[in-house]
Amino acid sequence: MTTTAQPATTEFGRARKRKEDARLITGRTRWTDNITLPGMLHMAVVRSPLAHAKITRINTDAAKQLPGVHGVFTATDLGAEGISLPCAWPITPDMKAPQAPPLAFDTVHFVGEGVAIVVARDAASARDAADAVSVDYDRLEPVLDMEAALADGTTLVHPELGTNRNTLWVFDSGQAGSGGNVEGAIRDAEVVVKRRFRQQRLIPAFMEPRSVVVDPTGEQLTMWSATQVPHILRVMIALTLGVPEQKVRVIAPDVGGGFGGKLQVTPEEIITFLVARRLGKPVKWTESRAESMVSAHHGRDQLQDLTIAARRDGTVTGLKVELLADMGAYLRLVSPGIPILGAFMYNSIYKIPAYHFACTNVFTNKTPTDAYRGAGRPEATFAIERMMDELAVELGIEPLELRERNWIKHEEFPYTTVSTLTYDSGNYEAATARAKELFDYDALRAEQHRRREADDPVQLGIGISTFTEMCGLAPSRVLGSLSYGAGGWEHASIRMLPTGKVEVVTGSSPHGQGHDTAWSQIVADQLGVSFEDVEVLHGDTQSSHKGMDTYGSRSLTVGAIAVVKAAEKVIEKARKIAAHTLECSEADLDYGHGKFTIKGTNKSTTVADIALAVFAAHDLPDGVEPSLDSDATYDPQNFSFPHGTHLCATEVDTETGWVSIRRYVCVDDVGRVVNPLIVDGQVHGGIAQGIAQALFEEAIYDEGGTLITSTLADYLVPSAADLPHFTTDRTETPSTTNPLGVKGVGEAGTIASTPAVVNAVIDAVRHLGVTDIQMPCSPQRVWRAVQSARGVTKSTSEHTTQATAGGGLGSIDAQANDNSGGAR
Amino acid sequence: MTRITVMVDDVSYVDDVEPRTLLVHYLRERLGKTGTVVGCDTSNCGACTVHLNGRSVKSCSVFAVQVDGSEITTIEGLARDGQLHPVQQAFHDNHALQCGFCTPGMIMQAIDLLGDDPNPDEQTVREGLEGNLCRCTGYQNIVRAVQDAAQKMTFAVRAPMDVSAQQRSLVAGGGN
Repeated sequence: MTTTAQPATTEFGRARKRKEDARLITGRTRWTDNITLPGMLHMAVVRSPLAHAKITRINTDAAKQLPGVHGVFTATDLGAEGISLPCAWPITPDMKAPQAPPLAFDTVHFVGEGVAIVVARDAASARDAADAVSVDYDRLEPVLDMEAALADGTTLVHPELGTNRNTLWVFDSGQAGSGGNVEGAIRDAEVVVKRRFRQQRLIPAFMEPRSVVVDPTGEQLTMWSATQVPHILRVMIALTLGVPEQKVRVIAPDVGGGFGGKLQVTPEEIITFLVARRLGKPVKWTESRAESMVSAHHGRDQLQDLTIAARRDGTVTGLKVELLADMGAYLRLVSPGIPILGAFMYNSIYKIPAYHFACTNVFTNKTPTDAYRGAGRPEATFAIERMMDELAVELGIEPLELRERNWIKHEEFPYTTVSTLTYDSGNYEAATARAKELFDYDALRAEQHRRREADDPVQLGIGISTFTEMCGLAPSRVLGSLSYGAGGWEHASIRMLPTGKVEVVTGSSPHGQGHDTAWSQIVADQLGVSFEDVEVLHGDTQSSHKGMDTYGSRSLTVGAIAVVKAAEKVIEKARKIAAHTLECSEADLDYGHGKFTIKGTNKSTTVADIALAVFAAHDLPDGVEPSLDSDATYDPQNFSFPHGTHLCATEVDTETGWVSIRRYVCVDDVGRVVNPLIVDGQVHGGIAQGIAQALFEEAIYDEGGTLITSTLADYLVPSAADLPHFTTDRTETPSTTNPLGVKGVGEAGTIASTPAVVNAVIDAVRHLGVTDIQMPCSPQRVWRAVQSARGVTKSTSEHTTQATAGGGLGSIDAQANDNSGGAR
Repeated sequence: MTRITVMVDDVSYVDDVEPRTLLVHYLRERLGKTGTVVGCDTSNCGACTVHLNGRSVKSCSVFAVQVDGSEITTIEGLARDGQLHPVQQAFHDNHALQCGFCTPGMIMQAIDLLGDDPNPDEQTVREGLEGNLCRCTGYQNIVRAVQDAAQKMTFAVRAPMDVSAQQRSLVAGGGN
């Protein structure tokens, strides 16, 4: 099914150990915070303790007196009042967008917003001086609830906008001509199920806190930043600050995880730039974890109202999705578009004839939201997979059977969906069959039945998630049609060195994904050089001048295809010279694995030989330049559509609410696999983050708008003891829209796993009368749901929505459990 | 300022430090031992884990003045004569790291864990690493790596019945 023939491969598909590791396991690292420059100063940020308030006075006198302090600056001092951080995705023409200053100058709009900065000789002095800055505020009422924010006469986060509504974005299959009218489908349905789900607010919680160093002492002002997007950052600094782009160099050195959380142009990057330029000295800013939790963007935070229409035989006839999405206090780089990335995914793998999606984006006095692993697609997948279970119960159909009745059959690809995407390939039957086998599905169902009959206090639940997602962002024309501010191409170049070694320059900017290893494997195959002889350069706008960076599971499906295209150009250049050297016509040459051979003979030459000949350039054909170096910019024709079946078995203690995952099996189809070691790692980490949403994590605000989960003691990033072993396997249905047949894998695990876990938790207690439990399914929430279903306590939504720091794993639950895994 | 004498990765240092200076900041900012990193400010993440006199500590939870007269081993002092410590090797062999930020602390803690239990089962490894957070790997390959290293190290020391000082020294990468 793959579209092109590969050269004879020795590297593709091989579980190569990573090149990146040698430095990382020995501490020979280049995190931004490691950088020390001569004369470097340190910046600390004074942050608002209030969610919504007028700034009446900022007193910097005491701070300025402290030893080692070079300056204390407000927005006014830095001339930053007119600056607005960029939002590159105005999803509708009439979208309301507030000014987003890098430092608040008049009003603070969320707890953690910067108000002033201090620059001092060392980090500790800067922190001391920041604590000495006193700010007077007049409190304003905070807007914290999305539905209340939309009510008439409510307090406005940004009064100048006249509303807390950012925008309304609608897709309707009837209007688009891609399907029927959903209201008609609902009216005529034999069964209608309505549900509301809550996507709690999450914090990306990358392990490396953000850090920025700006050195203004060279001709090009150099910024090191712990960012996923050095190229976008450079362009945005130029556009936002009016700095000539050629005067800025951005470097993303070693970057310690991102998960979308470092897909941003941050206030601190802008401020560090401004103050370093002003002082003429290198300046570093490194955040504390508490600063990171409160000021780096958050993810998710949606209310989802779904209505599904079906016939009694299980055929789904329509789906209506109405969302409220919390933007927080400001629009960051792609905030408004995040829920829209889910708009095309609610129909998922199913043939749904009528579909309507409407999303209202809302401002509140909370930390801004933006991309977090999956970005819109986990929300969509959760909602549709929860709905399929609810519909199955309503119809009395086995939930896997209901899914199968509605999904796209493998022979129906390519398939254009009701939301207008064309899925190129897939085989849901194969992945599901394999997952059922590994899971021992029928045996677990039988055990579940026995334990229900026996009224076992610990009940068994089985959760299903048959997912697909759209990734490999993205065809530029599609991004254009969605009003995105840039294209979705990627750039690569290949430099053939005289000794036959190779430098590969990529516009992708890794932060843990293993690009150095995977790109080396791909290029080794293409050019017939050894894996070790390939060096991959990235993350520096001086060496890698052009790129769209790394997010949206795009690196392999877009970035690596650009590498392949560049390699093809190298080979075409080499072919001319090979023909000249071997004294034959180009048509007489066969190429394979780095070697040109005259057909039917054993006369040959290699790309490496030709690289040396080109370096000497003594004997080249007329008109041929002495270079094999080539570059390519690749714009994908389509998204990639990985899919898979995730099955989760949970043990739920009905007396304590404790949930433990007994078995987790997933069979993912990510097309052809370059390096199975890396793919498995991506799937493991993705599943962990999805489970974390299902069971542990939530960013919780108190009634005053203070984030009370502002440390890793309160915000429960799971530890090794909190997570199970994952059984992973793959089916391989190649993508037909790229020459390697690959699909994205970075987000798949996160997208798929959350509904598998929550469906399993609810399945364990469904027979007791529980129909929903909000995420995270903490022991307290599960216990309350069971109690209220049994009529022991009064069922109120208050009980199940009430959240406490520690994600509900508070003292009640800790006492109730022998297993201390969740309560650190 | 208080004067301390400390051995870090086999090099002796004498320094005047502020009483409030944390060991991790002393290591990073004064000694340039940037292999050890800071991931949080509440001692939850374990990224800063080092060995203090052969036992793992979170270096954000120790003041520099407290290590006067002590020996510190960081991730940078583990390899001997160009040979990786078996736990370092196992992390590489088992793809137990992605971004690598938690890795130094994770490796130092894993070595300590293997000192206590040279042949831990999966659950023991998971609980032994509970104080070290990783956001990339889902821990599966980390657990695998620690068990892999355990097997190789046990073989190397011929599985003594008790944890001898010699073995402690080997597993802690001290050797001095």
